[in-house]
Amino acid sequence: MSTTYLKTQKKQSLGKRLQKDFRHNWILYAMLVPVLAYYIIFHYWPMYGVTLAFKDFKTKLGIMGSPWVGLEHFQRFFELYNMKNLIRNTLTLSVYTLLVGFPIPIIFALLLNYLVTPRLKKVVQMISYAPHFISTVVICGMLTIFCAPDTGAFNLLLKLFGQDSVNFLGKASWFKHIYVWSGVWQNMGWSAIIYISALAGVDYQMHEAAIIDGASKLQRIRYIDLPSITPTIAMLLILRFGDLMNVGFEKVYLLQNDLNSTASSIISTYVYEVGMVSRDYGYSTAVNLFNTVINVILLVAANMTSKKVLKESLF
Amino acid sequence: MYRNSSNTIKRTYGDKIFDAVNIVIMLVLLFIFVWPLWFVLIASFSNPMAVAKGEVLFLPKGITLEGYKMMLEYKSLWVGYANTILCTAAGTVINLILTVCCAYPLSTKDFLPRKVITYLLMFTMYFSGGIIPLYLVVKEVGLVNTRWAMIIPGAISFYNCLVVRSYMMNSIPGELKEAATLDGANAAQYLIKVVLPLSKPVLAVVGLYYLVGHWNDYRSALLYIYDEAMYPLQTVLRNLLSSVSYIDVEGIVDPEELDMLYKRSMQMKYCVIIAAALPMLCAYPFIQKFFVKGVMVGSVKG
Repeated sequence: MSTTYLKTQKKQSLGKRLQKDFRHNWILYAMLVPVLAYYIIFHYWPMYGVTLAFKDFKTKLGIMGSPWVGLEHFQRFFELYNMKNLIRNTLTLSVYTLLVGFPIPIIFALLLNYLVTPRLKKVVQMISYAPHFISTVVICGMLTIFCAPDTGAFNLLLKLFGQDSVNFLGKASWFKHIYVWSGVWQNMGWSAIIYISALAGVDYQMHEAAIIDGASKLQRIRYIDLPSITPTIAMLLILRFGDLMNVGFEKVYLLQNDLNSTASSIISTYVYEVGMVSRDYGYSTAVNLFNTVINVILLVAANMTSKKVLKESLF
Repeated sequence: MYRNSSNTIKRTYGDKIFDAVNIVIMLVLLFIFVWPLWFVLIASFSNPMAVAKGEVLFLPKGITLEGYKMMLEYKSLWVGYANTILCTAAGTVINLILTVCCAYPLSTKDFLPRKVITYLLMFTMYFSGGIIPLYLVVKEVGLVNTRWAMIIPGAISFYNCLVVRSYMMNSIPGELKEAATLDGANAAQYLIKVVLPLSKPVLAVVGLYYLVGHWNDYRSALLYIYDEAMYPLQTVLRNLLSSVSYIDVEGIVDPEELDMLYKRSMQMKYCVIIAAALPMLCAYPFIQKFFVKGVMVGSVKG
């Protein structure tokens, strides 16, 4: 029934087809009304607001009425003494996160997959997800307390081994390690789920054949499991590349203090500072736009590369 | 998951080492996952002096409920709790309704503008105006400094819509639609009587994602709420955790007493963390299966 309906539909003009479809599916259109209203107001309208990046915003005049200033905001950003530092910090945090945070869940999933004690496997797996559900505020609160000099838990542990106390959050050089490894702690179990399910889908006959041929577990990982989950890995890697300049604002903001700011000022915290604290709307939007554009370029490039090399793509 | 090789063929020497190392790694990881949370828990009801000296690393010492007593007296925390519960409940309901409203039409194969709308909405996942234009819009529609600001701007996550959509497309047989149509059901009746009951598992998953998102939301309040009476739990928490001491120390000169007060306030921080994370961690063992299922459903490309 529906196929003949589709066939007759194709020959008519778009207007006619829409009319007919509307009569047929009006309930679906009605359902989409609030959804589209939401997207238009809270996603597409702000996209129009991006023009602020090229305007000198005056509250009284609104976005529309404010005068154009061309690329002035961008120029100001490129001339900022701190710009290189902001970009470097952003990239340091994201590349470090990618290098450490991306392979570790894969290794974790592989090890879990070969664990010979099923009960331990279940317990480890279940507990490893838990930190993912703790809020960023709590994680950062815990980090601040744990990293405190002298009385913080990390320093108490160091004392146990006879080491001197370190003010972890007060040293710029420690910031990236704290940021990245706490992220690993929080997300490795959760990120591993998708690999665990991909590994469960690997045909066990291949493993049986390999075992009979005398393959060790490491060889099975190398020659059976890894090639089998490569598409999953590739897909997630593309997604991560598109996010490279998108270092989560919240966590960095919450861990930031005067002592570590040389390492913890990143583009998103800068956007927040100049936008929401100094209320320099146009400039803040421009910096954010710069960031978004780089992100989109990275995502498209990663997607194209993967399409060519791995025959897998996101869109 | 499949049987392990050890049952079928004798393990080689190398595999035995691998297995042993693997078990050791997992035990170490287990410790790393559990210990920070365990430490916060025991520190919350141990003597704060003992905690500061490092005597409470693995087991509680000098059990006291002072910290929790202080926490109970801290009014803002309960205001925050109430705000968060309110926003979480209302927000999750709105999220779910809108997600169904979005996912169902986009899962219907003979719906003409399906592809166009999907691409238009997907575009918003990768490109956004940024915080300032969004802030101005939220302000323009009059949501700034109202509790709605914590609900409406994040009313739909398109990622979750895609999860629900792919579930509806892949797990509900198309024959049901034909049967229902033959019986004279229209799209609304089909949705309510057939699709929604069959989508319960995925709606539970997505609902839980939304719920956790609201419970842990800090950013919306940071951007849109100024009024302390409307602060959600996470904001109150942040303010508590970042202050050195929130006990009134004026008029206290005795350094020992000051030190004690400082340590008490430290203890309360541990208590507050427990109070904030407890609902989530208590519900966690029961709901974690749903979350895992959600990742699986979401990974189906559709």
